[in-house]
Amino acid sequence: MSAAPSSARLAHRRSRLRRALIEAGSVILGVALLIWSLTPVYNMLLIALDPEEGEIEFTGNLWPPEPSLDAFRDVVTQEARYLEDFWQQFGNSLFIGLLTMVLTVLIGSLASFAVSRMRLSKGSLLTNTALLTYAIPASFLIVPYYRIVHTFGLTNSLWAVIAAQVAFAVPFAILILQLYASLIPFELDDAARVDGASVAQVYLRIYLPLMTPALAIVAIYALLLAWNDYLYPSVLLSPRNMTIAVTQGLLFTDSDAEWNAMMAAAIIYVLPPIAILFTLRRYLVTGLGGMKG
Amino acid sequence: MAVFLAFVVYPFGYALWMAGKPSLYAELIDDRLYLPTVANTLLFVGLGVNLKMFLALLLSGFFMRRRWWIRALLAVYILPWALAAAQACVSFHWMLIGEAGLINRVLFELFGIDGPIWFNDRWLALGSNIIVYIWKWMPFWTVIFLAARIRIPRDIYDSAEIDGATGSRRFIHVTFPLLANLYLVCTLLSILWAVGDFTTVYLVSGGGPGGFTEVLATLGFHYAFDAARPALAVAAVISALPVLIPLVIILMRRLRTSEVQV
Repeated sequence: MSAAPSSARLAHRRSRLRRALIEAGSVILGVALLIWSLTPVYNMLLIALDPEEGEIEFTGNLWPPEPSLDAFRDVVTQEARYLEDFWQQFGNSLFIGLLTMVLTVLIGSLASFAVSRMRLSKGSLLTNTALLTYAIPASFLIVPYYRIVHTFGLTNSLWAVIAAQVAFAVPFAILILQLYASLIPFELDDAARVDGASVAQVYLRIYLPLMTPALAIVAIYALLLAWNDYLYPSVLLSPRNMTIAVTQGLLFTDSDAEWNAMMAAAIIYVLPPIAILFTLRRYLVTGLGGMKG
Repeated sequence: MAVFLAFVVYPFGYALWMAGKPSLYAELIDDRLYLPTVANTLLFVGLGVNLKMFLALLLSGFFMRRRWWIRALLAVYILPWALAAAQACVSFHWMLIGEAGLINRVLFELFGIDGPIWFNDRWLALGSNIIVYIWKWMPFWTVIFLAARIRIPRDIYDSAEIDGATGSRRFIHVTFPLLANLYLVCTLLSILWAVGDFTTVYLVSGGGPGGFTEVLATLGFHYAFDAARPALAVAAVISALPVLIPLVIILMRRLRTSEVQV
């Protein structure tokens, strides 16, 4: 009889030790992840804060001895070399990014609604055709795409870039949306139809609200794809009309560039997607929570 | 649909038409860079994607833990995904370049090691590309897996616990089977995207040394815009199709079975 409580205490102590070990392990993992994620960003920040223009070397200081925000000021006032059109290019990025996001969500949700909820007989054909486009990765299609844009007289048009980005984002959107849509019970649709809801109403009132988390993922994905893409804008647009993501890559080998300003621009450039990411993240979490319950 | 046809199917057909001549492929095989490029692409995609997906799956479990600091960490962790690939790759390039880069300086200051010249060695340069690739894309897939894990009903875990499945056993027998299909679909998709990854290789190692870390996407770009041989470029990338199309077919099949299951 006396053995029972002591073994219970032992088990209790062991589980406490185990929990402490797990806790310590996750703290170590957390720190490692923090370093892993932030080192390149930190490197960018070091270069941006350095008052020397072309300085890209690591000086051995963990923090620049004379940090200055000159680079940031030069970028915002468009005084930095090669960044004279910063706001114009920034606007281009914004235009391409937002339109790609909206169009992808619209087309993707309509297509996946049609396939998964309206019980189309040839529904899977549409999904499969969309997926087939991924057999040739986007970067492989740049050459024919460039020629086509040229023959249509769309060179240097932002719409050519948007069309390409939407075309490459939609198959993924349909895929993700369909995977999530299969979790919504059909009884909901049927119940709504019995109550006299039209197809459009089912789409607007039932499908879209329930799909919020998946739509958020798709929206962020499309936005980031277009916002950060390098290849398509760099080939399709003229230098003055570029997006920021490209400008910096193009000047990669140019030792004349003011790298601190370039990196400052990069840091400014990453702010809008982060802002959108965080706004949508709330939807993501609540939406996922709703699904779980 | 019309837009879709105009912007995807038409370039697709155009590409096939451009790459129709068999003599182009003979020329490709003769190019001293082509075969190493194929090997690089296989290594880049094979190692990069598998490591990334496996780590993402494990880390999604880590981010399931309910601690305030883990949630805050998640916000930092997805930063690489939000960062423009071009700038991040440039930053990596500088961290690795020569003796003055951050990595080699840190190695020297902390451990007294003279770091290698990363981009002078084919394998180190290829490794760098893979690491940067993982850095950039792991957060995205972690979020996807996280979203899926949250959807697993709590009571499945509860009943598993009663049956005595905890820790790693719970992962192998409960979590993984539930996520297996999604994992496979995501891996296939990721392979298709990684084959087309242009930015990482172009900006991190730049294909160096001497073009020996090129992948198909960058080799095609060089043929088309530096050597002004667009047809050869298309032929180079089309040569990946025999491998990619079966992958897409498996992907379609998997997708259909997953619909039936759920």
